[in-house]
Amino acid sequence: MKTETRSEQFHPPSVLGKILIRLHIDIPLFIGLILIALLSFTILYSAGSQDIDVLMRQAARVGLAFLLMTALAHVDPYQFKRYSALLFSFGILLLIAVLILGQFGKGAQRWLDLGIFRFQPSEMIKITTPMMVAWYLAEHALPPKSKQLLVASILIIIPTLLIAKQPDLGTALLVASSGAAVLFFAGLSWRFILAITAMLGGMTPVLWHFMRPYQRDRVLTFLNPEADPLGRGYHIIQSKIAIGSGGIYGKGWLGSTQSELDFLPESSTDFIFAVFAEEFGLFGCLGLLTLYLLIISRCLFIASQAQDTYSRLLASSLAFTFFVYVFVNIGMVIGVLPVVGVPLPLVSYGGTSIVTLLAGFGILMSIHTHKKFLPH
Amino acid sequence: MSRIYTVKNKLEESRLFINRIIAAFILILLLTSGLIVRLVYLQIVGHEHYATLAKDNSIKIEPLVPTRGIIYDRRGKVLADNTQSFSLELIPEQIKDLDDTLQRLQKLLNISDEKIDQYQKQRKRQKRFTSTPLLISMNDEEIAKFAVVRPYFPGVDIQARLVRHYPYADLASHVVGYVGRINEAEMKSLPIAEYRGSTHVGKIGIENTYETELHGKTGYAEIETNVQARAINTVNSVPPIPGDNLYLTLDIDLQKTAFDALDKYNGAVVAIEIKTGGVLVFASRPGFDPNPFVIGIANDAYQALQSSENQPLYNRALRGLYPPGSTVKPFIALAGLEFNAISAEHQLFCPGYYQLPNVSHHYRDWKKGGHGSVNMTEAITESCDVYFYSLASTLGIDRMHSFLQHFGFGEKSGIDLSGEKTGLLPSKEWKRQQHNQSWYPGETLITGIGQGYLQVTPIQLAKATATLANKGKIVTPFLVKNSVNTEDSEPEKVTPTDNITIKSENINTIISAMINVIHDPHGTAKGISKNINYQIAGKTGTAQVFNIKQDAKYNENDIDFKLRDHALFISFAPADDPKIAIAVIVENGGHGGSVAAPIAGQVIKQYLEGNNEN
Repeated sequence: MKTETRSEQFHPPSVLGKILIRLHIDIPLFIGLILIALLSFTILYSAGSQDIDVLMRQAARVGLAFLLMTALAHVDPYQFKRYSALLFSFGILLLIAVLILGQFGKGAQRWLDLGIFRFQPSEMIKITTPMMVAWYLAEHALPPKSKQLLVASILIIIPTLLIAKQPDLGTALLVASSGAAVLFFAGLSWRFILAITAMLGGMTPVLWHFMRPYQRDRVLTFLNPEADPLGRGYHIIQSKIAIGSGGIYGKGWLGSTQSELDFLPESSTDFIFAVFAEEFGLFGCLGLLTLYLLIISRCLFIASQAQDTYSRLLASSLAFTFFVYVFVNIGMVIGVLPVVGVPLPLVSYGGTSIVTLLAGFGILMSIHTHKKFLPH
Repeated sequence: MSRIYTVKNKLEESRLFINRIIAAFILILLLTSGLIVRLVYLQIVGHEHYATLAKDNSIKIEPLVPTRGIIYDRRGKVLADNTQSFSLELIPEQIKDLDDTLQRLQKLLNISDEKIDQYQKQRKRQKRFTSTPLLISMNDEEIAKFAVVRPYFPGVDIQARLVRHYPYADLASHVVGYVGRINEAEMKSLPIAEYRGSTHVGKIGIENTYETELHGKTGYAEIETNVQARAINTVNSVPPIPGDNLYLTLDIDLQKTAFDALDKYNGAVVAIEIKTGGVLVFASRPGFDPNPFVIGIANDAYQALQSSENQPLYNRALRGLYPPGSTVKPFIALAGLEFNAISAEHQLFCPGYYQLPNVSHHYRDWKKGGHGSVNMTEAITESCDVYFYSLASTLGIDRMHSFLQHFGFGEKSGIDLSGEKTGLLPSKEWKRQQHNQSWYPGETLITGIGQGYLQVTPIQLAKATATLANKGKIVTPFLVKNSVNTEDSEPEKVTPTDNITIKSENINTIISAMINVIHDPHGTAKGISKNINYQIAGKTGTAQVFNIKQDAKYNENDIDFKLRDHALFISFAPADDPKIAIAVIVENGGHGGSVAAPIAGQVIKQYLEGNNEN
């Protein structure tokens, strides 16, 4: 990390460098994201039964997401701070609107039909919740006092419950952890952290009450996969077979037999990691995890270099939430966490999560490339 | 903003923040290490195991279907069990051209298109390696035919399966119900995990109400197969837990007596054990044979049942709606006493018709010329209509409504069968809501003799009778005694002790009048009092199916059978210590006393005298 710090301070003023600074793009982060995107296409081609159409659709989404990221990188972080409360309130209103008049997508109310395209307000909330909490805490001295802690908790719980009600447990989990991450980075005392962990344990029955039968099934299946080896548990069993059979070196690209034969369900979306692990083995998995860790490290570094409290809190929360994404998805595919609908970030097929993720990276780049004064 | 920034604060904040970044980074590294440990475990330690499993997908997980619980009557006679039968089953994964195979099988074994469709529907929701039956209950000829050509049909085989069997066929079809193939709508509502491999589900009757208990818990086996997908070894298995056996309160011998006694008539008989609420007889005639429904009834056979004029699929005991006729009179009389609207000794002159003040319409008595002067006991014994027109007029519809409601009129009886009808207990309020009309005084009169809007189901009528016999202690009927594997244990369910507050002198008046119905020389059901050493209390009823014009004459022989009156009878016995309550409805039977009462008499006799032998 030291070398990175240095390169930051003595940036060579090459032509390319000048252009990139103009573009407000952070090169290490950008390279990492491009690598993951390429890796995603490779594995999607294999998991999606070598369907070139699938690839093209995903490429279009990723392209759009990269454009949005670049656009957001141009926005001064002060603007994010300024509109935090407004964007958050707007997001909450949309969530309520979805609950009331939402269209039915996959049996759950998540979508809002805006005529031209369908919009998922819960995706927007993934970013506006940490923004809101960071904005609120940055207005007060840190570490937060109990009053701020209370207000911040309410700010987190409202969107979480609204999304859990949709019901979208995966997203609710990500929103809650993005908000909690802000509190953590704001210096919430360890005693409080312990107390909240204990309280969440006590909240489990309440959460259970809010769950839909299929969500309860998933949790029960996780606790005891053998309870339904032919249904829900089938995903986990088949996923473990795919990963385990990959071994150290894997079966090679396009060599996955489990997804080929339709033994592995949802192989392009939530369970794509199993295909990856089967084809590229333990080495491939370590490589992918390293790539994720590098991206996360870079994000945390950006957070550490940020110059005001709001930027620090937002940047570090976005970085940590990205990790939660990775951890929850891989954890569920390898059978150490319950099956919640969280895709493998930047790799799984499907547009909405990629757009939100890259929007988050856009904000990080904006924070890093809009410094008002040099360090020291 | 009242916030004061100091340099010290800022530095403190930065330091704290950097500490947190480091803590977060350590946490991330730890959690990632956890993932790596798990990956190492799966991909190095478990590699060989999982590689074997993945190779040619050699491990199949197959559901082990639990054996469905057996249904017994109260004495342990089998009402529903499982018999071994042979079925022709296909494993789609092992068949190259499924359509071609199906066509060849269809030609060979003469299978109907319907069965092929059914098979296709079921196949689509199973995994490709699951064996799915095409033909259930193959006969010897079919088995022999297929056995010869079996080598030409890879992936097709004859399997032994358990098939539900109903030994009493139409006798208990409306109580026990039947199982049938799971349809698409059921697929969505059933717990999927429990029904993998199950092909059948309870459709109606006890089979439906107690589906969860009867079904049991599905087990599974992880089976290792060779390249031809033949099972070679079971790696791991969890055995299924068979469904509970159910013991009903029903007495199948008594049921047979009632069913046979109905003879050529359509109708229903419901008998309840008063002390417990256990249903002894629940007969609906005609019944139907449920066995073809299990293997998939042919379309034309089903159409024939559906369109039959006698409606064998119609559960009369549970869903049949009939005017109670004069069987409602004891309840109306009791209402009169309870509301102090009349005294039991009050004499009323019956000229054979009743007139409302200032209305010319004659409300006729069934007995031309009338009954003369009658008190309450005589009015019940002889079933005098005029007495009850007058009493109904005094009570008014709303008081009758609230009193009858206590006895369960207009409400489900609560029996453990689904699809029960509520019947209809009219009130002014109901008529306003339903018909947007005000209530007419004439409608009050005919409600008093159990005609008009009033409609009851046989089970409702039996419950009301049992509650009356129990002196106001409400009896709730039920069918399943227990679900343990011992037949001599006591019923688990206890009748709730809800009470209707009734003065005992009033109820004794009514009961002694009901005894007169059978044991008085003027009684309308005196025919069944012979050769018994106990007393029966009862009430006959005759319910009009259609209205006769004001001055026309009702002549049984003149009119079409289907338009003849329904015969009804309610009773309980022994009158001094009631054990059994019974309601009989004979469609188009004519008079309650001559047709319905003897059926009840036979059932009571067999129950009371048979019980003494035990």
